[in-house]
Amino acid sequence: MKFPRAAAIMQRPALAAGATITLLLAMVALVSLVWTPYPYTDMNIAMRLQPPSARHWLGTDQFGRDILSMLMAGSRNSFAVGFVAVGIGLGIGVALGTTAAVRGGIVDDVVMRLADFTFAFPAVLSAIMITAWLGPGAVNAIIAIGIFNIPVFARLSRGSALQVLSRDFILAARAAGKGMARITVEHVLPNIAGILVVQATIQFALAILAEAGLAYLGLGTQPPNPSWGRMLNEAQTFMHRSPWLAIFPGAAIALAVLGFNLLGDGLRDLIDPKLRRARS
Amino acid sequence: MPAPPLVSVENLVRRYPLPAAPFGRRRHVAAVDGVNLTIAPGRSLGIVGESGSGKSTLARLVMALERPDAGTVRFRGTDLFALPPDELRRMRRGFQMVFQDPYGSLDPRQRVERIVAEPLDVAEPQLTRRERADRVAEMLAAVGLSADAATRYPHEFSGGQRQRIALARALITAPDLIVADEPVSALDVSVQAQVLNLLMDLQETRGVTYLFISHNLAVVEHVADDVAVMYRGRIVEQGPAAELFSAPAHPYTRALVEAVPDLSSFDGAGSHPPATDADADVEADSESGCPFAPRCPRARAVCRSERPRLREIAPGRAAACHFPGE
Amino acid sequence: MTVLDVEDLRVDIRTPTGRLPIVRGVSFTLARGTTLGLVGESGSGKSMTALAIMRLLPQAADVSGAIRLHGEDLLQADETRMCRIRGDRIAMVFQEPMTALNPLHRIGDQIAETLVLHRDMARRAALDEAARLLDRVGIREAQARLSAYPHQLSGGQRQRVMIAMALACRPDVLIADEPTSALDVTVQAQVIDLLRSLVDEFGMALILISHDLGVIGRLADRVMVMYGGAIMEQGSTKAVFTTRAHPYTQGLFAALPGRGARKGRRLAAIPGTVPAPDALPAGCPFYGRCPRGQDVCRDNPPPVVEIGGSRAACFFPGP
Repeated sequence: MKFPRAAAIMQRPALAAGATITLLLAMVALVSLVWTPYPYTDMNIAMRLQPPSARHWLGTDQFGRDILSMLMAGSRNSFAVGFVAVGIGLGIGVALGTTAAVRGGIVDDVVMRLADFTFAFPAVLSAIMITAWLGPGAVNAIIAIGIFNIPVFARLSRGSALQVLSRDFILAARAAGKGMARITVEHVLPNIAGILVVQATIQFALAILAEAGLAYLGLGTQPPNPSWGRMLNEAQTFMHRSPWLAIFPGAAIALAVLGFNLLGDGLRDLIDPKLRRARS
Repeated sequence: MPAPPLVSVENLVRRYPLPAAPFGRRRHVAAVDGVNLTIAPGRSLGIVGESGSGKSTLARLVMALERPDAGTVRFRGTDLFALPPDELRRMRRGFQMVFQDPYGSLDPRQRVERIVAEPLDVAEPQLTRRERADRVAEMLAAVGLSADAATRYPHEFSGGQRQRIALARALITAPDLIVADEPVSALDVSVQAQVLNLLMDLQETRGVTYLFISHNLAVVEHVADDVAVMYRGRIVEQGPAAELFSAPAHPYTRALVEAVPDLSSFDGAGSHPPATDADADVEADSESGCPFAPRCPRARAVCRSERPRLREIAPGRAAACHFPGE
Repeated sequence: MTVLDVEDLRVDIRTPTGRLPIVRGVSFTLARGTTLGLVGESGSGKSMTALAIMRLLPQAADVSGAIRLHGEDLLQADETRMCRIRGDRIAMVFQEPMTALNPLHRIGDQIAETLVLHRDMARRAALDEAARLLDRVGIREAQARLSAYPHQLSGGQRQRVMIAMALACRPDVLIADEPTSALDVTVQAQVIDLLRSLVDEFGMALILISHDLGVIGRLADRVMVMYGGAIMEQGSTKAVFTTRAHPYTQGLFAALPGRGARKGRRLAAIPGTVPAPDALPAGCPFYGRCPRGQDVCRDNPPPVVEIGGSRAACFFPGP
């Protein structure tokens, strides 16, 4: 398993499309830090519910705020949620999963039963419970989504680690006198990194979606911070008069999820040596 | 005056649990069942046996990669399983291992330099980068690989070359013993010969002793001074390679020897002695009796009731058979 | 009587970077009741030749030449026709019987399935025939074993089941690809015995693929030594094994650790490694590893020369 070169990426249309979309969105998020067409909090009642025009490319909302500016700023929010939620899941999940694989026995049983337990709840429902308990807000939403990424990564890293651990180079490392902790860092993690990256990309898309869902329910990011999910929520009232209010944030969410999923699937095909051989 | 043994194995037993039947008692199968052997420094021991004979388990036990359920493994007189973990780790520089599968034994994510240098991480952590690189280069040269191999990844090499890399890794701490578990079985004939030659050369130049495990009699005969034949976890015959293969005493050894076609006296597709019934269901493990009796063409009543012990049948030769050499 | 006639068989694999020649002009004929041994190392093209005969090569493979089964060119046959031929007229036995058998089905059903499919037999009759076949390949208590699953059998028994399946329709040609390589030596000898007696009894033609010269020597009437997709030497087993006209054949024999040899004798290894298909010279594939190699070998296809009953493709043949 080796990381691919740029040329190899461009030979795969799905992967190229996924990479382009996510890069584009990331750039939009970065640009929004320094510039948006209008300040996204500026209200202008005179200009409320304007359809798309030369001045407001994507129109304005019921307070006269520029939709494009809000979408741009909202992408920041989505990326932040994705990064932190996936980071929580990766950090804790991989630590638990590899420990379970290496130690086996009781440790393995406890970790895996915990993962089963967490999995038993529908993720969004549980996120609702957690935010209901901790109170609504972006940070709590991120934590809630992050917690449900933990079992995903714990299971994946345990399974992949077990596969790596069964190979002879692990025995060779033990014969060289290395302890299991060191072997995990030097041999197991590098060999499961590719799989984890792919999963992280897919979880990133799910996190964006989950955050939008929570925000839509009013449990996520609070005003005035922009969020695609809350934009959708607010659009409901005006949907018949001003459909663009719902269409553009909806499209943004769909595009982001599509981009990350394409990227994840493409990376998986690229990294999986069996698939690679079959294609080349 | 014989030198003190490099390795001595006493009454070694390793059991594995069988998959438990529902509501049944948990049963165990002994992969290694009371093995005794010694290896003198500089004298290579070959272990021969078919799949399931316990030879690979024995290799991992001698390497202290697995703990036995009973018995001891002594390396230069030190009981490996009585050592605290830290000391065992330090001892490991004295014995290294080469595996069968040249694709599974090298970490695909590491460059050859890092793979070959791995035993040094523990044995000589004080080395500078420069010194490590020099040692790796020296080893790569010793196994017949060019110096630029160090910066490449395992997948860039063929099976035979990978086995050379594995050998370089095993040799880098200048061990006294190398345990080689089917090191050439995965290789093509022409490449197998290269690796066997290399093993012999390294023994000559570096004085390393091999515990050489293989199912291939010709290969073992080529490499080993002494041979132990394993059957179902036990040694059934032991002795100097040349004598053991030319005049096998145990019927199982004879079956193995006769099953291997001899190409030097080729006379066209034709006769060879009838094979023993290797497919005989061997599930019923009689607690008494000789384990080979169900397959043995010469089994008599005593073979089914009394287990033969491994006993000396000639100077330096031993067999576990009631009627050896008949 | 000629059953199978293969003429100038060529297989190229299409890749993004070009065409890789995997089989380069293989010709042979196969008579009833005889065994042809195909020897070679990995990458020699021996398994590809077998798959080409079965028409089981991947889509990306271009096959040319002719493969005539009783005069019918299989390369011209459509897939429907091939489905009728495969398993009926030509059957195959693989190296690893555990992966070739379906772990979820009883072995009796797996054997009977072939008969139901090709012979239109009723299930009951097919199972009876399956029991007879199992008995014939040396499975004891065959009737009771019909309901066993593959994992309940030993490796040798599974290989016998595979052979029974292949024999079900009394094929004209049986292709056995490394049939004994995954087995222990003592079991190996039994399977060889079985195959030989079956060839005599059923009068089929056997193509035996193996990297093991010992197995080939015990079973094959004729041998074809392959390297880099081409035939290096062919002839009667006796002629090839004793004359060893091609330097590659000589190299293979010399590289074997001999029985009864003194410990430590250096083996005559063939230097280098098997080249990748895209790195083969235009002429003789063995050029580059051959001790007799000259410039002429690199650039020109070698002539086929007969020496001592063996035909070697070599510019400088001879013992």
